[in-house]
Amino acid sequence: MKFAVVTFPGSNCDQDAYHAAKDVLGQQAEYIWHKDTDLKGADVVILPGGFAHGDYLRCGAMARFSPVMKSVQEFAAKGGPVLGICNGFQVLLEAGLLPGAMLRNVSLKFQCEHVNIRVEQTDTPFTGACRVGQVLSIPIAHGEGNYFAEPDVIARLEANRQIVFRYSTADGRVIDEANVNGSLENIAGLCNEQRNVVGLMPHPERACESILGSADGLVMFESVMKAVAHA
Amino acid sequence: MRARVFVTLKPSVFDPQGRTIAEALHSMGYGGVEDVRQGKYFELDLATTEAANAKALAAEVADKLLANPVIESYRIEIES
Repeated sequence: MKFAVVTFPGSNCDQDAYHAAKDVLGQQAEYIWHKDTDLKGADVVILPGGFAHGDYLRCGAMARFSPVMKSVQEFAAKGGPVLGICNGFQVLLEAGLLPGAMLRNVSLKFQCEHVNIRVEQTDTPFTGACRVGQVLSIPIAHGEGNYFAEPDVIARLEANRQIVFRYSTADGRVIDEANVNGSLENIAGLCNEQRNVVGLMPHPERACESILGSADGLVMFESVMKAVAHA
Repeated sequence: MRARVFVTLKPSVFDPQGRTIAEALHSMGYGGVEDVRQGKYFELDLATTEAANAKALAAEVADKLLANPVIESYRIEIES
């Protein structure tokens, strides 16, 4: 199967995502420049981390207008699995593919550390190989990951089971002390109503080999490989 | 013609930067500053000479790009 990794000017985790797909998992992978509109027959699209278009104005605000995003929207509308990681998640929010927005971390700091996230939903293409309640140790690296949405949107996310990951303790307790950036409801990742578009602030592609400190992110890539194989 | 666009976080949205600025002012002795909300300010130089057109255009770009309606609202002033 083939992973498409979109590269915006300012993306800096595109090579990590490509490495995870190609070298760790032995799959095909292609970089797609943000001005291209051909996804080259990819089975999965990854919007990687970084600082697309310098993150000027707001994170992801200008990236959503990159030509490639029209193709990503069409791919998503047809049910194709799309994963937005960190800045890629912010781009999905700005593009309206996922609801809500990001505010500055309550610490006002750029936070770069390993955190624990609890898997809340396993019926998405990126969590199908997880179990509900599984805790993953995955690094974060962001200054604006403080998830916000109006109360009616949060209620809808809960009702539709769209909250896929929450910041938790190592033993899976979702408490304020584990909420690294102030996100409402400890939200670390979401999916859309159709469940094929997933975004999260932590970086699973940076946690795919034990030499990097954790291989807990691998399960998300294995999940999507199974999902595509059974589609 | 020039349009000024002021983008601010909606009242329901917590502004951690504004809070920190307010706390700094309090520590400087400005207890009379009760709260601070940080926002963004844009000056748009527009080709039109019609105020109504200028306002409509400024609103359109504010809706599309300058503000994120999930967290922000905006106000426009036209400089004649």
